[in-house]
Amino acid sequence: MRTEDEMTRPAGRTLEVSMPTPVISVQHVDKTLGGKPVLRDLCIDVERGESLVIVGGSGQGKSVTLKHIIGLLRPDRGHIIIAGQDICAMTERELNRYRRHFGMAFQEGALFDSMSVFENIAFPLRRHTTMTEAEIRARVEECLEQVHLPNVEGKRPSELSGGMRRRVGFARAISLKPEILLFDEPTTGLDPVISDVIAELIVEMDQTLNTTTISITHDMKVAFKIADRVAMLHKGHIVEEGTPEEFQRSANPIVQQFIEGRAEGPLTE
Amino acid sequence: MTAVLERIGFVFLHMFEETGLWFRMLGQTFRWTFRRPFEGLEWLRQMVRLGIDSIPVVVLTSLFTGAVLALQTYIGFRRVHAENFVGSVVALAMLRELAPVLVALMVTGRVGSSMAAEIGTMRVTEQLDALQALATEPVQYLFVPRVIAGLVMLPLLTILGDALGIYGGYLVAVKLMDANPVIYQQNTFQFLSMNDLWSGVIKSAFFGLILTLTGCVRGYYTSGGAEGVGRSTTAAVVEASLIILLADFFLTKLLF
Repeated sequence: MRTEDEMTRPAGRTLEVSMPTPVISVQHVDKTLGGKPVLRDLCIDVERGESLVIVGGSGQGKSVTLKHIIGLLRPDRGHIIIAGQDICAMTERELNRYRRHFGMAFQEGALFDSMSVFENIAFPLRRHTTMTEAEIRARVEECLEQVHLPNVEGKRPSELSGGMRRRVGFARAISLKPEILLFDEPTTGLDPVISDVIAELIVEMDQTLNTTTISITHDMKVAFKIADRVAMLHKGHIVEEGTPEEFQRSANPIVQQFIEGRAEGPLTE
Repeated sequence: MTAVLERIGFVFLHMFEETGLWFRMLGQTFRWTFRRPFEGLEWLRQMVRLGIDSIPVVVLTSLFTGAVLALQTYIGFRRVHAENFVGSVVALAMLRELAPVLVALMVTGRVGSSMAAEIGTMRVTEQLDALQALATEPVQYLFVPRVIAGLVMLPLLTILGDALGIYGGYLVAVKLMDANPVIYQQNTFQFLSMNDLWSGVIKSAFFGLILTLTGCVRGYYTSGGAEGVGRSTTAAVVEASLIILLADFFLTKLLF
């Protein structure tokens, strides 16, 4: 008899079992895109079960960092070690096996608009598990309940509001019960109330699913709410990191300007 | 002068780069075709979209091409008292050349453009990134079913175009120009060989590959938002049409 976890999780090794500490280690990564250096000697470690939030202004390399961690981009220099394995040295097929242990929620949801909500969430289950159609249906319903969005299975992504699309994106990201969750600007473009609802949902998911989470945002209120640790990315490298309290007390003028959202300061000079 | 030479050099480099990219993606598509999981349902969906949904366009194009070809050749051949050969000319031209090329160009306009637009939109809305993040190879999931559909359905559409073109010619010759229907039918098939049919069908399989792969590659490498999607769509149609016309000459010369 298979356990529920065995049914949902794709075949292959489970990161959680053999995860050394740190689970994710970004080591001296450089990346240039379109002739412009985006990441410069970037180093970040993420411990198991931790919720790391990377903050920073637009164009500072936050999304690029996340795309490196899941292997959508490869660094020009440096290493990305996930559970002791350097993903930069992996072939695309090996990388795909590793990606099954990740869940990534994209900025605008990135839902497949040719599919219904149900088909979007069922997509990874159909491809990477041996679940029956009834088991898939039950798992999709469970995921939608976890993001507090029941009874939308039949809708198309175009029929959903911005906040609902994000939640469906979250549901799709957690459908394979990943060990690592990545959130790319989860609240951008949403009103303050919905942003807070989404932030609370991320905290709840982090606690109930017991995942390692990396989120990127420029919304400091959201960052302080969901983070165990906050890191600030500026000009392609980390300029400050610490617990939310330590981060708020930082003497770094770049950090203070960003937290206060002032027009004057080193960020705009 | 230096600037002109630089410009020419740049154009040639760009052409080589694009050609290399096209063949690289062809190689990747071939490799991913034989890897699990096989997307049987998606293959069928694309075949319906490319093949079945293109039937009305193919019917109209082929029927009227055959009709106008018969009309023009009848007028010309009457001057040298060779009206009896109109049926043969229409059948040969449709089977060997017109049906494969015209069907390919019509399907390029209808389907190649929509493939580039669809995949391009997926690129700019991060759906391709999402696909990869869900451990799914875009070439396997998007390219393979479309290319297979092109390889299978274009020859079938071409055979349909052959039949309709010949029938269009028959209608004009017999109903409009008062040709003898029995003699016309005899002349239509008298000089045809199976090689005429196969030459068109084999060429159309190549055209199916060209138009689908070009649409997919253009869409996949889209950048620059909605404007970029527009650019990719136009480029997919223009490039696929040009490659089809060039390939048509070389395939005819080399193979048949």
